[in-house]
Amino acid sequence: MNVAVLVFPGSNCDIDCYKAVEHTIRQPVEYVWHQATDLSKFDLILVPGGFSYGDYLRCGAIARFSPVMEEVRKAAEAGKYVLGICNGFQILLESGLLPGAMRRNNSLKFKCAPTTLEVANNDTAFTRDYAAGEKIQIPIAHGEGNYYCDDETLARLEANRQIVFRYSGENPNGSVADIAGITNERGNVLGMMPHPERAVDTLLGSSDGKRMFTSVLTAWRGTAHGAATAGR
Amino acid sequence: MKATVFVTVKENVLDPQGKAVQGALHSMGFDEVGEVRIGKYMELNLDTNDALVAEERVRTMCEKLLANTVIEDYRFELKGE
Repeated sequence: MNVAVLVFPGSNCDIDCYKAVEHTIRQPVEYVWHQATDLSKFDLILVPGGFSYGDYLRCGAIARFSPVMEEVRKAAEAGKYVLGICNGFQILLESGLLPGAMRRNNSLKFKCAPTTLEVANNDTAFTRDYAAGEKIQIPIAHGEGNYYCDDETLARLEANRQIVFRYSGENPNGSVADIAGITNERGNVLGMMPHPERAVDTLLGSSDGKRMFTSVLTAWRGTAHGAATAGR
Repeated sequence: MKATVFVTVKENVLDPQGKAVQGALHSMGFDEVGEVRIGKYMELNLDTNDALVAEERVRTMCEKLLANTVIEDYRFELKGE
């Protein structure tokens, strides 16, 4: 499985994502600059956290117009896996690959702390190695993670089981329905505020993020393309 | 022409910054203040003096980039130079 880690001016979790892939699934991984115009060789695209374009105007608003995002859209349409973390989630929302928008945390504070998530749907390519309803520890680090969508969108997210992670216990930002992560309808694009790449070893305080990466690898191996090239 | 663009959080969407400022004003004794909404103000200098063209262009800019219409409203004013 070929993995791309996108790099925007201001990305700062790109190295963590790269290392997490090396550490958890040992698959070929490359940094891809935001001006790239070809992602065809990649099976999983990671849109990392950070402060793309300084978060000017709104988080992710400017990054969404980077040339590479057109390629991410094509990859998503082709059914490839796209995982947006934190600022990456914000970029996916701004680009319309996921529904909804982000607001400032209701506390107005930047929150950086371990949080407990409930795996609300373990029937996705990103969560199949978790148990349904399992509680996991994944850190957050954001000032604008207060997910918003209107009631109609929320009903649709619930009906389609697109809510993948919810904050368990205290909601750190005030998000609608305690949402911490959602997928698109097809389930191949996931956006989440917590950072699984910062939880891949007990040395980091938790290794619960590891299974997100192993899940995607298993899912990819289960596809026709994966089976044809398995054993690489 | 010059365009001034105002972007605000939609009425039905909680504005955490506005809430915090409202709380601060109340604690200072400005009890007459009801809801506070915080937004963005932008000035754009345009190289056209055709108001119709400018209006169309600025509206597109707002829809595409300057506002996130999921949670924000926008309005703008145009002034000839």
